[in-house]
Amino acid sequence: MGVLERVRIFKFWKMGESIKERLIEKLLFLLSLSSILIVFFIIVFMLKEGLPAFALGGEFFFGMTWHPATNQFGILILVLCTFIVGIGALVLATIIGIPTAVFLAEFSPEWLRNIIKPCVEMLVGIPSVVIGFFGLMVLVIFIRDTFGGWGESILAGWIILAIMTLPHVISISEDAIRAVPKAYKEASLALGATHLQTVTRVILPNARSGILASLILGMGNAVGETMAVLMVIGNPEIPFIPESVLEPVRVLTSTIVIEAAYMIWGSTHQHALIALGVVLFVIVALLNAITTVMIRKGMVK
Amino acid sequence: MTGNKKITEKLVMIGMYVAAFITVAALFTVVGYVYVKGIGAISLDFLLDYPYRLEFGGIFPQIVGTIYLAAVCLLFAVPLGVASAIYLSEYAPDNMITGTVRFFVECLAGIPSIVIGLFGLIFLVHYLGLGISLLSGGLTLGFMILPWTIRASEEAIKAVPGSYREASLALGASKWQTIRNVVLKNAYPGIISGILLGCGKAIGDTAIVLFTAGSGLEWFLPMAITDPVGSLTVYTYILATQAHTEAGILRAFGASLVLLTMFFMVTVTALYLRNRYVRRMSGW
Repeated sequence: MGVLERVRIFKFWKMGESIKERLIEKLLFLLSLSSILIVFFIIVFMLKEGLPAFALGGEFFFGMTWHPATNQFGILILVLCTFIVGIGALVLATIIGIPTAVFLAEFSPEWLRNIIKPCVEMLVGIPSVVIGFFGLMVLVIFIRDTFGGWGESILAGWIILAIMTLPHVISISEDAIRAVPKAYKEASLALGATHLQTVTRVILPNARSGILASLILGMGNAVGETMAVLMVIGNPEIPFIPESVLEPVRVLTSTIVIEAAYMIWGSTHQHALIALGVVLFVIVALLNAITTVMIRKGMVK
Repeated sequence: MTGNKKITEKLVMIGMYVAAFITVAALFTVVGYVYVKGIGAISLDFLLDYPYRLEFGGIFPQIVGTIYLAAVCLLFAVPLGVASAIYLSEYAPDNMITGTVRFFVECLAGIPSIVIGLFGLIFLVHYLGLGISLLSGGLTLGFMILPWTIRASEEAIKAVPGSYREASLALGASKWQTIRNVVLKNAYPGIISGILLGCGKAIGDTAIVLFTAGSGLEWFLPMAITDPVGSLTVYTYILATQAHTEAGILRAFGASLVLLTMFFMVTVTALYLRNRYVRRMSGW
């Protein structure tokens, strides 16, 4: 690389007189700063608008009652409910997603992989409102008729969110499994282990951090997902800790969308909703940061 | 003992087949159900008429609105995204500034779309006074897909072999000439594929559009960029949650069908371009 680098530098130095070249580089550099600018603006404006709600202090962060009509803005209840829905969905996505990833990476015949893989890629992008609508029309009615209750329930939220996190879990886990050095696998096979034994004893333990990363990323997606989950979980007016999976529930994202429709601009309610957005942002950012660190650690190893 | 092991192995294999099958089935069930239910709503009137209250008329303004929003979004995100990608992959020295840019691109990609929607509402709609409009909605969607455009373009640019650049530079072309005539010329299918994937995301987004672009029931086409605009996603959402008649629900299915069809056209083109492109590049 050294020689090539030097050739490039020499080239660049030779072009040094050309003002146009320099201008283009500067212009591209300025344009590439746009992402920083947008993130910066998002943080500043969200914090500024959320501040009056954060100023409520403990009442805001640890309050268990969210009831805008009586000016009670305790978000802990919403955060708890968000995690109840997110973790359940993640468990479902793990049960289906990890075996699918192992299958795609290790066992699937080529032709079957060529069918499954595009399906997984499609599933990532299906508009969430369509999945939510399907959930509302099919899943909710099915749950109501089979198990009773309103139908709009935690269970429906789990299933719909699991469908939406599944593709993320599958593609990252599959990459992690494929990244395990071939030599490990061959050594295990040479020792007389079966393919399945090799997968469970050698490949999966080595892909551990990548798989875990995919789950945490899936969690981030589940927590930030809005429309699909909003349409199937019922959103009771006053959120409460549910006692069964058939009860309706309310999460951070659905609260923002539903109440933004009637909030009064400039009221504490509006500030509290934007503060909810900030809390959501922080939770998702933390989960993403953990994922990034884990994937990097896995690659170094 | 060995017999038991064999049975366990068989069971685990069956389990994996079942899991993979469920994944594929989930996609086909959702899509199939929407198509079967929605096809009854589709007629020329439905596609070309203006909506009237919840249950009557067609979805013409919603279809056009979705296309307008995607267009504004791409007009914003594509130049910025491609420029950033060119800078990051061709010019950027390996220093702190570049590292920071990359970090923030990742940050932006990780922000949930509803938070970006709230930001659009605070900043564009209220602070800058653009109002609930096509412009606010398109720009906010642009914020969302910008990092994806950057990533995809960067990948496409990086896939162009270094020898191409060296050949061009050796022929005396300047750096910018090389980028424009050699790198971009070879990377453009990959870049377009990335742009189309971003476009698919923009078409399918609901929360952002709901906050910044309009209520979804608009019975008119936007006359100016500062007018509110309807979209298929918000229309589907409103009807799905607020219509209580058969006709209303049918309309929601029809709108979902049109939305899914647009999404598939964009995404399939993107995946096709990407596969063809990847094959060509690795063929060298």
